[in-house]
Amino acid sequence: MRPMTTARLAIRSFSRAPMSARMGLMLVFTYALVAVLAPVLAPYGETEIVGAEYAPLSSNFPLGTDNIGRDMLTRLIYGARNSVGIALLTSCLSFLLGSIAGLLAVAVGGRFEMILSRVVDVLMAVPALIAALMVLTISGTSVVALVVTIAVIDATRVYRLARSVGANVMVLDFIRAAELRGEGLRWIIIRELLPNIVQPLAAEFGMRFSFVFLFISSLSFLGLGLQPPTADWGSMVRENAILISFGNITPLLPALAIAVLTVAVNFCVDWFVQHSSGLKD
Amino acid sequence: MTDPAPQTEAPLLLDIRDLWIEAVGEDGVKPIVKGISLHLRPGEVLGLIGESGAGKSTLGLAAMGYARPGCRITRGSIRFKGQELLGLTETQLTALRGRCIAYVAQSAAAAFNPAHRLIDQITETAIRSSRISRDQAESRARDLLRRMHFNDPDAIGRRYPHQVSGGQLQRLMTAMAMVADPDIIIFDEPTTALDVTTQIGVLASIREVIRDLGKAAIYITHDLALVAQMADRIKVLRYGSEVEEAPTRVMLSDPREDYTRSLWAVRRFRKTNDGALKAEAPVLEIRQMSAGYGNRTVIQDIDLAVGARETLAIVGESGSGKSTTAQVICGLLAPSNGALEFQGAPLSPDRKGRSRQQLRDIQMVFQMPDTALNPRQRVRDIVGRPVELFLGLRGKQKDDRVGDILSMIGMEPGKFIDRFPHELSGGQKQRIAIARALVCEPKLVICDEVTSSLDQLVAEEILMLLDRTRKALGLSYVFVSHDLETVRAIADRVVVMSNGRIVEQGATDSIFASPENEYTRLLLASVPEMNADWLTRRLSEFTEIDVGPNFPPI
Amino acid sequence: MLTILRLILQRLILGAATLAVISLIVFFGIELLPGDPAAAILGKSATAETLAAFRHEMHLDLPAWQRYAIWASDVLHGDFGRSIATGRSIDTLIGGRLANTFFLAAYAALIAVPLALGLGVLAALHRNSVFDRVVNLITLTAISFPEFFVAYILVYLLAVSVNLFPGITSLSPDLPLWDRLFRSTLPALTLTLVVVAHMMRMTRAAIISLMSSPYIEMARLKGIGKVRIVLRHALPNALAPIINVVALNLAYLVVGVVVVEVVFAYPGLGQLLVDAVSTRDVPLVQVCSLIFAATYILLNLTADILSIMSNPRLLHSR
Repeated sequence: MRPMTTARLAIRSFSRAPMSARMGLMLVFTYALVAVLAPVLAPYGETEIVGAEYAPLSSNFPLGTDNIGRDMLTRLIYGARNSVGIALLTSCLSFLLGSIAGLLAVAVGGRFEMILSRVVDVLMAVPALIAALMVLTISGTSVVALVVTIAVIDATRVYRLARSVGANVMVLDFIRAAELRGEGLRWIIIRELLPNIVQPLAAEFGMRFSFVFLFISSLSFLGLGLQPPTADWGSMVRENAILISFGNITPLLPALAIAVLTVAVNFCVDWFVQHSSGLKD
Repeated sequence: MTDPAPQTEAPLLLDIRDLWIEAVGEDGVKPIVKGISLHLRPGEVLGLIGESGAGKSTLGLAAMGYARPGCRITRGSIRFKGQELLGLTETQLTALRGRCIAYVAQSAAAAFNPAHRLIDQITETAIRSSRISRDQAESRARDLLRRMHFNDPDAIGRRYPHQVSGGQLQRLMTAMAMVADPDIIIFDEPTTALDVTTQIGVLASIREVIRDLGKAAIYITHDLALVAQMADRIKVLRYGSEVEEAPTRVMLSDPREDYTRSLWAVRRFRKTNDGALKAEAPVLEIRQMSAGYGNRTVIQDIDLAVGARETLAIVGESGSGKSTTAQVICGLLAPSNGALEFQGAPLSPDRKGRSRQQLRDIQMVFQMPDTALNPRQRVRDIVGRPVELFLGLRGKQKDDRVGDILSMIGMEPGKFIDRFPHELSGGQKQRIAIARALVCEPKLVICDEVTSSLDQLVAEEILMLLDRTRKALGLSYVFVSHDLETVRAIADRVVVMSNGRIVEQGATDSIFASPENEYTRLLLASVPEMNADWLTRRLSEFTEIDVGPNFPPI
Repeated sequence: MLTILRLILQRLILGAATLAVISLIVFFGIELLPGDPAAAILGKSATAETLAAFRHEMHLDLPAWQRYAIWASDVLHGDFGRSIATGRSIDTLIGGRLANTFFLAAYAALIAVPLALGLGVLAALHRNSVFDRVVNLITLTAISFPEFFVAYILVYLLAVSVNLFPGITSLSPDLPLWDRLFRSTLPALTLTLVVVAHMMRMTRAAIISLMSSPYIEMARLKGIGKVRIVLRHALPNALAPIINVVALNLAYLVVGVVVVEVVFAYPGLGQLLVDAVSTRDVPLVQVCSLIFAATYILLNLTADILSIMSNPRLLHSR
């Protein structure tokens, strides 16, 4: 019954979390650490050509070199920074756009909500990958274009969720009570709506991040995402894929890095969703 | 019902001993039935009564060897005709359910499968378990439906669940339970979801059919007056334990335990009349008001006035337009026609057009305290926000004000001011909602079914609180309710609504003593009384009570 | 029945309207983006004359809405115009490839749909069992893998380590069906793995929510056996959610082929689209996008209509 501090609550939750979620959380932290410390951890410069093309594993190059002679391990470490960083930036932007639009739609209602929802319906009727490819055809594959395009596409999905969760809260009587007090739009959104939808939105953030991360990786793999010479996991797979047909699996390492992070995030989300749905009774 | 002369010689049909059932929740395992015993003889009806959380439904289901997901029976014995049910395999239990012990659920609308015709669902158990032909089963079902006052059993049987009304579904489910000729039927709040005028017909046909066919039954409800009509014996439960058990008439006239007596006493609260009414100008007047949603008109030509310091009740069944009227007064729903006047000045029909003073003067308390309080705010903020907004007080001054009102509603400020809603009980939440409405000293408070989600004892306290605060603060209440007993207890004047119109209004005493309108009479006659002979008497007096289900033609 | 017909008509009109709007977006979305498409396409070396000639040929000198009208009517008549990069007619470019792509998607769907539905229903019926937990963990992992990762793992395992299937899919029009199936095994398997995980999780969720409905509990209390509850009481009501799950995933499949086609150099529409984007072949991108979007919309529309038609409440309206 006594109010608990957030920190204590978090520690208690963590110690009670299932194996998969604890592993997931630890992995996410490890990735974050590698991303931040990339220049310290990496043996060479990000774009530095240090050896022969496709040099085999050696003490100098623990994972060999890539198609133009850059150190694989270095590129892998810098990839944590670039690939994850861009995905994080994009999903944050998408989240901001989508949830603000969604909450506004719910709180304002009426024609505003209807028009916004129709627009989102139409945008969502185009498959995300196709929409992205269309836009990138003309805008070119600059980082800004990439981030903005994918953020907008993904924001439509966030909008849908924010609107539906928000609408469920909007019909509750405490919102009526606020309206009857004459509260303004700002108060209703920030004080009444937002605190009640933070939890489902947080879980959704994890899922959106996974999606955006996989999505950008796929685009990069197709050669339409992050452009060389930036070290990026998706592009690394593409550049070195030829090695696989010779039975060398080093090109799969960046793909594995992508997969492991997404699994880790999904495990956390899965636990979070079950945890928070269990609390609601 | 019939005089309690239990056939002590007859063998026990059902014998439950020292039953324990646990529920697995987020914070561990919790017992919800704690060592209850009960027994049932052929042809006998046992009433199980208790407030929410008493474990009565869980116990009813356990009689069929069934535990809901998340629950498990841990200890005890359940014997049906001498056979122990605990430890039987799922297949053995399946063979028993429906054929030997049948179940009638609270919400018939949800308990029927939307994909199949009613007749197929009604006959299913009989065909599957009794090994009789479809034709035999259907003719048995037709016979039962006729007994339940369906004039055209074939026509109703061809329908799908969503094509018939709630009252009809409840009767159909009773027929479904009877069709395989079980020994025991468990009724789990079968009329709770129904309006009173519908309820009386369903009650009558349930009672008739179990009596005629000599079935034993367990009748579960939270409503004392109802169980008094149906049961030979009553068992009172609380928090998963037995309080007491006695034959119906003994239980009604001479309950042993304090808890039972307190349940009985609920029915006895009446507000004291303070006389000083009527003379003053009305606080609120509504003239020729019509309103609706989209093209559908819900209320029409409503004229009413609320006097100063009076409690006006608006009473009616579902769909009568009583809640819509409340919403129009608050400005939540724009009327299509008519005018509002508050303290002699015109009141904008839209809340956005009302002055700050008017918003402060007219407050609302909602039906469900669970959704009326923001779960992410503390009591301090929930009650304090109007103080901030309307009185401009902050910090210490605001907290003092909140503390004052909390003391007034009987909640110790130091203990409750920092709590979140989920740290309060249902009744406490409703108190906080009332505190929020009262904290800025309004002139008029609209109460929309404020006691209907609460247990009787708690509801009683809320009624007393409302009456006390009305006197202390000199304000007026508009009390919207479907529950005539509650209305009778709290209101000075009553407005009766039906199908969106006012059919009658007047002083509470005169409406209850000598109703003039036919619908009002029917409504009053349908409210169960705490008297075991009420239903019998009522049915003989009132021929117009709808016992037969006149379902609409396709 | 009237309500149903009205609802279906409504969806059809909505679908057609969406398609029209999408074609507008596909056309103008590309037209209105900053930059001169002619210059972008021809590159910096283009002279003023070639630019002008190019503009004329592409109708770039006409107002945008006229260009859209010309383009839309051409597309409706099956004339998709010319690819800029290769100069060939788009019809011939996409003809066989479209068929290949649908072949691959259908191949994967044939394996994936029954597998996913079966696993999903099983997991739901044995909720919280060891089987359920293991399947949950595996599918959660599988949906976290990028498609190309799954694809290359399969290539490494089944084409490089053990030479069972070809790692590159080469198809010719006169290939017999058996060879076609054999050569497309790895791409189809990749798609299957990715889509089964999604579909299974959604099926499981749908069945669980269905099995917790009061009328299923009522059926148990009526003494109906487990098998009959599933077949007679749950299944008729499960159709609508299952149809939705399948359609959603088929739609996902059709788009998901893009990456898989690139990995296996599969001669389909997806690969063509990716190449077109790299060479900024605007007309080709427009047509390919339109085809993908239309398929996607049509699949969702079909699901919508089918689930309306399987809803008992709507089927037997008052």
